Amino acid sequence: MTSVTLSGGPRPQSAYSRWANRHRRWLFAAPAMVFIALLIIFPIIWTLWLSLTDASGSVRAEASFIGIDNYVTVLTDTTRFWPAVGRTALFTGVVLFFEMIFGLGIALLLWRPFRGEKWVRVAILLPLVATPVAVGMMWRLIFDPTIGPVNKILGVVGIPPQPWLAGELTALPTTMFMDIWQWTPMVALIILAGLTSLSDEPFEAARVDGASAWQTFRYITLPMLSSTLIVALMLRGIDALKTFDILLAAKGKGGGSFNEVETLNLYGYGLSFDYNEYGLSSTVLILFFIIIVASIFLLTRKREEAAK
Amino acid sequence: MITTTGYKIFRFTALALIVAMLVLPIVWMVLAAFKTNVDIYDAAKTVIFTPTMENFGKVFAQGNFGQYIFNSALIAVAATGLSMVLGVPAAFAMSRFVMNKSALVVLMARVIPGVSLLVPWYYLFSQMRLVGTYWVLILSHMFVALPLIVYIMMGFFDGLPVELEESGQVDGLTPIGSFWHLMLPLSTPGMATAGILAFIFSWNNFMFALVLSSSSTKTLPVAIYDFIGYAAIDWGALMAASTVVTVPIMVIALFTQKYIVSGLTAGATKG
Repeated sequence: MTSVTLSGGPRPQSAYSRWANRHRRWLFAAPAMVFIALLIIFPIIWTLWLSLTDASGSVRAEASFIGIDNYVTVLTDTTRFWPAVGRTALFTGVVLFFEMIFGLGIALLLWRPFRGEKWVRVAILLPLVATPVAVGMMWRLIFDPTIGPVNKILGVVGIPPQPWLAGELTALPTTMFMDIWQWTPMVALIILAGLTSLSDEPFEAARVDGASAWQTFRYITLPMLSSTLIVALMLRGIDALKTFDILLAAKGKGGGSFNEVETLNLYGYGLSFDYNEYGLSSTVLILFFIIIVASIFLLTRKREEAAK
Repeated sequence: MITTTGYKIFRFTALALIVAMLVLPIVWMVLAAFKTNVDIYDAAKTVIFTPTMENFGKVFAQGNFGQYIFNSALIAVAATGLSMVLGVPAAFAMSRFVMNKSALVVLMARVIPGVSLLVPWYYLFSQMRLVGTYWVLILSHMFVALPLIVYIMMGFFDGLPVELEESGQVDGLTPIGSFWHLMLPLSTPGMATAGILAFIFSWNNFMFALVLSSSSTKTLPVAIYDFIGYAAIDWGALMAASTVVTVPIMVIALFTQKYIVSGLTAGATKG
């Protein structure tokens, strides 16, 4: 049967190892689960409690219960909260759109073997492993209004210099561009993995039937790829909603009023650690949490529908 | 598939543009790291300039960067190692006994915005007098590494036939023994994938160390962020610092390409 030979036949087991084997599934799984649960459950409950108090100043300061006042304050706040919700949605929507389109395009280009494939793959890996804070700094230099190459190149064609990361209208699109640069390769890799796992037969059948490249793509590749596309969308969607490093690094300390790129994540962080408004920030974070869970729920439903 | 000359030319051009788009910004950063601040301003010295090590000297002298490199490496190695110890058996049990709901608990850590955990963590860990210690940073980075390891290893164990483990037991191994003597050695490639990715994500993590580290336990990303003061930016030094944190991880990635790609795409094809 197998070539594994050990010291002849089943060995007598101690009571302990019989017990351990019987409870193996929890013995193995529980430590990891307990670790994660401890680091999640306490914070969520505590954040929920804080959101019902007027906690501010210091995390140790006395806080009194004020009911849903914070929620009223936050939900009626049209100067910071709702614009932050809008920016979060806009940022996520736009980067997801471009990352999926470009990612699909790159994956299709890489699908069939060609010379120099290895080098392209290396290039695709670089943004993925680059430290997001350093990436933010790198783009800060490149988009710098006076010394950055972007404005210098645009100057050659006669376009006046733009205050990319500091401009009210340009800041958010510029950070979107940075996110698309860093994470499109991720989508491309996931879709490429999906493409390579497809069987060849439908494609050969399509060729025999004389289908055009577009028809093959539209009626064979896309439908067969739909579950992979949704996986990519979910993974990137979760992370895009939570984008933090690039935004904070790109604007950073003294980077203007900061509000042009203030997403829910940055707003919550600022309320906690710049203004020490723990009650309010907890409210924002609980609402943020609800938004994330709801989006994942919706996407999972979509995924199950697609699987049918 | 279409392999006409027209498509080949199109593909070559498109891929060349993509590669340039992805690589040139990084090249720009590395070049700036070797330029004086005067040369960075000078368009004529974009590519041809006299390289200087001055920026790197400045970075290491003023920022205590050697310490931060050590911190980042120590925290990433410890967080990866400990997460492997917790995560690999968990992934095995979850894959073998189809514990999907339990797996969901661990994957929750991927979903929850880290910011919403920071205030409670900060409170909890400062009560325990742990803020600023290596322990709190290792714990918080394990929070990043562990779900990644469980996710990748679950997919890997799904691919190993149950019969292998059973045959080990026929030959006298206990179930735990067969995990240890059979499944673990077989899963080395999966563990390499999970470990490398966990290391990279821990090395790159910024948010947790931003709040939970002290000046002596600061990690590299935080050190770089701290480089931008409220006053004028020393671009040369900033790019040197960014190069110091990015280039090592890129070199590691180049040598372990295969593992990284399979880790990032784990589960993608099963839909």
